Amino acid sequence: MQFFLEVLIGGLLSGIMYSLVALGFVLIYKASGVFNFAQGAMVYFAALTTVGLVDSGMSLWLAILLTMVAMVVLGLLTEKIVLRPLVAQHEITLFMATIGLTFFVEGLAQAIWGANVRALDLGIEDVPLEWLLESANIAVSQFDLIASGIAAALVILLAIFFSKTKIGRALRAVADDHQAALSIGIPLQHIWAIVWAVAGFVALVAGLLWGARNGVQFALTFVALKALPVLILGGFTSVPGAILGGLIIGASEKLAEVYIGPHVGGGIEGWFPYVLALLFLLVRPEGLFGEKIIRRI
Amino acid sequence: MKFIKKALVAAAFATAAVSASAQEQFIPLLSYRVGPYADGGSGFFGGVIDYLSLINASGGVNGVKLTWEECETEYNATRGVECYERLKKSHGGASMVEPLSTGIAYGLIDRVAQDKIPMTTLGYGRSDAADGRVFPYVFPLITSYWDQAAGMIKYLADKEGGFDKLKGKKIVHLYHDSAFGKEPFPVFEAYAKQLGFELIKLAVPHPGNEQQSQWLQIRQAKPDYVILWGWGVMNPTALKTAQRNGFPREKMLGVWWAGSEEHVIPAGDAAKGYSSMTFNTPGNYPLLDEIKKKVYAAGKGNMEDKSRIGSVYHMRGVTAGIMMVEAIRKAQDKYGKGKVMSGEQVRWGFENLNVDEARLKALGALGMMPTVKTSCLDHEGSGAVKVQRWDGKAWKAVTPNWVTGDRAMIRKMVEESAAKYAAEKKIAPRDCSKEG
Repeated sequence: MQFFLEVLIGGLLSGIMYSLVALGFVLIYKASGVFNFAQGAMVYFAALTTVGLVDSGMSLWLAILLTMVAMVVLGLLTEKIVLRPLVAQHEITLFMATIGLTFFVEGLAQAIWGANVRALDLGIEDVPLEWLLESANIAVSQFDLIASGIAAALVILLAIFFSKTKIGRALRAVADDHQAALSIGIPLQHIWAIVWAVAGFVALVAGLLWGARNGVQFALTFVALKALPVLILGGFTSVPGAILGGLIIGASEKLAEVYIGPHVGGGIEGWFPYVLALLFLLVRPEGLFGEKIIRRI
Repeated sequence: MKFIKKALVAAAFATAAVSASAQEQFIPLLSYRVGPYADGGSGFFGGVIDYLSLINASGGVNGVKLTWEECETEYNATRGVECYERLKKSHGGASMVEPLSTGIAYGLIDRVAQDKIPMTTLGYGRSDAADGRVFPYVFPLITSYWDQAAGMIKYLADKEGGFDKLKGKKIVHLYHDSAFGKEPFPVFEAYAKQLGFELIKLAVPHPGNEQQSQWLQIRQAKPDYVILWGWGVMNPTALKTAQRNGFPREKMLGVWWAGSEEHVIPAGDAAKGYSSMTFNTPGNYPLLDEIKKKVYAAGKGNMEDKSRIGSVYHMRGVTAGIMMVEAIRKAQDKYGKGKVMSGEQVRWGFENLNVDEARLKALGALGMMPTVKTSCLDHEGSGAVKVQRWDGKAWKAVTPNWVTGDRAMIRKMVEESAAKYAAEKKIAPRDCSKEG
């Protein structure tokens, strides 16, 4: 039982880390209907920029602040150069544009800061909580707990932003129908610029936490792969769905790896979340909290 | 303008060529300087180029200048094969190839034999390619994965006080879930059976940036040692997750692709006390000083970050460069000094290498790498390894002498596997007694 609990808690905490990446996807999809393939590249760009600035002698907080500015500029430029000319185009066109953006952002990050692997120290120790280890023999990382707290705070902030602010409501209107939103006077470009900037901020938080966890390196772009089943489960348009989806995926992949893995040769947590998401798709295609699409036929 | 130039270099998979003429010995470099494994690629190929530049600065190989052209593979097997095809006839023809990628090497095995261009695979690729009768054009020089795995068990046995002391111990093999990670299975399984230790195999799916479930299983199993057979991000993640689960890094031993600065620095304090295999002894050598003096002082150094000169990957690249040049030199001894050698002639050079201590001393690399003596039968030439430990700032050699495992057992496995390959591919093995 103690081991089961340990695996479960570890999975839930990993799941929160996946949710953090999934949030960036949700934000952009919610506001523009675009599946932003470049989210992983943005995570890498943000982390590499921060650590690059720190390595050049800047304090961590100033580096984070400047990176935030860089992410906003990147968001604004993306809107102006990539998305604006594609307004009212088919979703697949926008998706393809974000694939191009991925390669550009990855190349840009490496061109500016180099391809070397770097360490990022946020000052949070990544060690097991001693009192829990001694009292219940359960290893829970202090870093993962703090990361979960940050993710929870971010979700609350974003949920308030989307439901309680004028900009948030405008974002949802734009997501429903670009042209209809334009016709009632919602400034589409303005809204897109804001949402890309916010997604940049989420990418920065995810990049800092993942970068501190595993080092800042190109493989950060792969964390996006962990977010996809989370999105399928939680729904592409729901912020709380991203969190719940992350928890389910994190816990189930760890339990599957530990309890099913040894019987099938191990290493199943790479594909298990996708199988789970696929099964879920068959039952509830819009995800747990996704908006149900009703079509008139 | 400078920025745009840099961006183009990084993003456009550029090729960089040193000016060449037909009288120069051409070496295509299937390098990777962007993408997920750029840190390793830039260090290794930087080391190769630095050594080749040093040779050119000293007048070439008996007057023959070396020339090279890089082609960006991004560690992608398909692109690697494309690069090979594009470069094999350039600059008068390739005289050898070094892809630093098991995937690309697998894609080239048949092609290099057909094109008669030798391929070196230092410390990676097929272990059974050490049997030169079946693989005449492939050279897994210095130490293959199998010999390295045997060296690991030997080191752990020495640590415990002898092979018999491993009986009843638990050893976890935490591996990248790929052909690379599974390559040492036969060696570890044979040793586990022979010595009576329990072998627990745990796979980590690619890319390995999440390992909580594996480390919880390790925590539960309470092993005596964990062998980390990782690659890229899997390595710092393993070290960090080991710390997160309270597993001592002193009980971890990594493959040499888990033993460079690029793997321990991102892990920070979590890497302190961790050991890995290597085929270079960490430290400074007259050869590295010469590279700094003759190549970097002349503005011809390849490493943008000069602090990486002498790092694990850079030194491994210099070692590869030494092997390449020694093969050309050996071929010239037989086929004519001062002449450009063909692929076939360089292949003969690789097959007759004798880089002994005296030669290493003359090169300024005594102790930096093991001695290498190849033959038609043995394309590996050494089988020796060392163990190094990360002290938080630098790698330090743990074993003063070179370590070798049970070479007779490994040779038997090599021959059996190579014979199986030959039967599958309908290759008639060469008769080494007839080779000159």
